[in-house]
Amino acid sequence: MTADTQVTDTTDAPGPAGGTLDAVGVSAWFGQRKVLEQVDIVMNSGEVTALIGPSGCGKSTFLRILNRMHELVPAATLAGSVLLDGEDVYGTALALTEVRRRIGMVFQKPNPFPAMSIADNVTAGLKLTGRRPADREALVEECLRRASLWDEVRGRLTAPAGGLSGGQQQRLCIARSLAVRPDVLLMDEPCSALDPTSTRRVEETIGELKEQVTIVIVTHNMQQAQRVSQRCAFFLAEEDSPGRVVEQGPTEQVFQHPEDPRTADYVNGRFG
Amino acid sequence: MTVTAPAGARPRSRVAAARRRPGAWRLSDSIELAAAAASSYVLTWLIFGRLMPFTVQPAGFAICWYALFLGAYWGVARDSSGPVVARDRIMAVLISTGAGLALAPLLLVIGYVVYRGLSSLRPGFLLETMQLTGPLQPATEGGGMHSILGTIEQVGIAALISVPLGILTAVYLNEVKGPIAAPARLVASAMTALPSVVAGLFVYALLIVRLRWGFSGFAGSLALAILMLPTVTIAAEQVLRIVPGSLREAALALGGPEWRAVALVVLPTARTGLITAVILGTARIIGETAPMMLTAVGTKILNPNPFGGIQDDLPLFVYHQIRAPQDTSVDRAWAGSLVLLILVLLLFLLARAGGQGGRRSGKGTRR
Ligand SMILES: Nc1ncnc2c1ncn2[C@@H]1O[C@H](COP(=O)(O)OP(=O)(O)OP(=O)(O)O)[C@@H](O)[C@H]1O
Ligand SMILES: [Mg+2]
Repeated sequence: MTADTQVTDTTDAPGPAGGTLDAVGVSAWFGQRKVLEQVDIVMNSGEVTALIGPSGCGKSTFLRILNRMHELVPAATLAGSVLLDGEDVYGTALALTEVRRRIGMVFQKPNPFPAMSIADNVTAGLKLTGRRPADREALVEECLRRASLWDEVRGRLTAPAGGLSGGQQQRLCIARSLAVRPDVLLMDEPCSALDPTSTRRVEETIGELKEQVTIVIVTHNMQQAQRVSQRCAFFLAEEDSPGRVVEQGPTEQVFQHPEDPRTADYVNGRFG
Repeated sequence: MTVTAPAGARPRSRVAAARRRPGAWRLSDSIELAAAAASSYVLTWLIFGRLMPFTVQPAGFAICWYALFLGAYWGVARDSSGPVVARDRIMAVLISTGAGLALAPLLLVIGYVVYRGLSSLRPGFLLETMQLTGPLQPATEGGGMHSILGTIEQVGIAALISVPLGILTAVYLNEVKGPIAAPARLVASAMTALPSVVAGLFVYALLIVRLRWGFSGFAGSLALAILMLPTVTIAAEQVLRIVPGSLREAALALGGPEWRAVALVVLPTARTGLITAVILGTARIIGETAPMMLTAVGTKILNPNPFGGIQDDLPLFVYHQIRAPQDTSVDRAWAGSLVLLILVLLLFLLARAGGQGGRRSGKGTRR
């Protein structure tokens, strides 16, 4: 199945599978308050990058800067640039909608469209970007399977999405963002509402997807970060100062031989 | 069973327990209610009919009955289900009584219109006009077909103008949040209080007299649209405001332009509320008489063309008939009022059905 989708992928996605995302000197403010300072992270294609750090240190904010969702907050400003395969997503060459289509996002809280059926939710991204799927049924099944939701909903694809449980809704949101075939997928704690079985399936999905899609995942689960990611960045906001990246590198190294003592404390659960 | 088990506890049985809905209303509850009502009635009758040396007004009788009923019902409910449930039941009775009292004037008005209207409403009323009906003919002669058609055309055109405009304005106020959103909202809110005769006067002075359009149903529709637009706008804006922002974010994060996010996600999510907004707007204008007198004027003759010449509608029909000196005309006015009520009811049901039906197919795999 993975091989199949890869073939169809090449017709849709421009360039090589996945895209390299390069954040250069990113800072962010909400009004007068600075919440991120000078963040430099390279998120390579073919890899999963995990962002870890305590609550409120700016992980979600950083993620939202990557696909230009940050600017939806009225008082939000930023500095620095984000390069998608070398092109600045904040530049004039890329349209805003194109950036968001190529860099998909799964939110911290599940947000399926309640007025649509389960199947319509999956294909909503295509409708929203003015495209038609060649084979709608196949696309719905493929995306739901990848999000490991297919077996639970195959008999009620036309039922309203609001009738799903919280964890099912989250997996539906994952399926929805896969359907537009993004180059990069940003996942903000995608498993925080899931049971262990679904979590494992989503992790497997991440493993399968990483060949085709660059994945950036925020997680509070250290085991999960170690299981799914190849690279890892540790964010920290110390008292009254904006969030920074304290340490980053191969996941293996960040967890086994951290250079910074604060990283060591955090990954070993000795923080705060 | 252990000694420490509370009263009423019984050994666990392997028999499947009966299915039930907690808090559902059962037959025994109805019997308790009816028994309490009947016994308190009899008691009241005993007191005032047999024991007391005098009789009371029906109102006094009713109040006494109600008080005794509350006491009796509390006793019955406490005996059968305990004091917690009994308190619950009494509160339910009190709240239902309040709701009933609040609804009473409305039901009285509707009931009286139905009672008066039915006596002279014949099928012919829907098919005939007043063109050939003289003042002395019985109420069953003539009809309001020309007025019904006029009302449908005028309200329909007004809705065609103000529903899209109103919803677009609401989208501007709440989704686009453009630079003049705040003043526009202020003007719209202020305009919901616009006296209807002023709207009629405006159309009369500007379009009919100044621009020499002459009287027409369409001129009336414009006056109605002026009245309907702010109501639809404000109601629709309230509805859009409760659509969660996370849905807009989800739509935008998928790469959709803002107009598609509004058209495909925000408006469908708010669908039922928007239909209510349209019903509110229609209800605001369908009974308007004053602006119509200045614009459509009213006539006894069928004029199917809303764009040329004077036209009648149901409020004008009622107004002209009820001012006539003959009783037969007054009866016809009641029939007209009843038809207007039925028309409102039909519109309401149609809109509801549209909302439900659209919602169901929206959930299906239509596209
Ligand atoms: N819309 C907003 N307006 C103002 N401040 C905000 C807004 N969103 C986030 N912040 C602030 O920015 C900082 C970073 O928030 P962010 O949501 O990025 O944290 P996080 O690392 O994702 O935390 P968590 O792990 O709890 O999700 C916090 O101090 C938060 O209070
Ligand atoms: Mg977060």
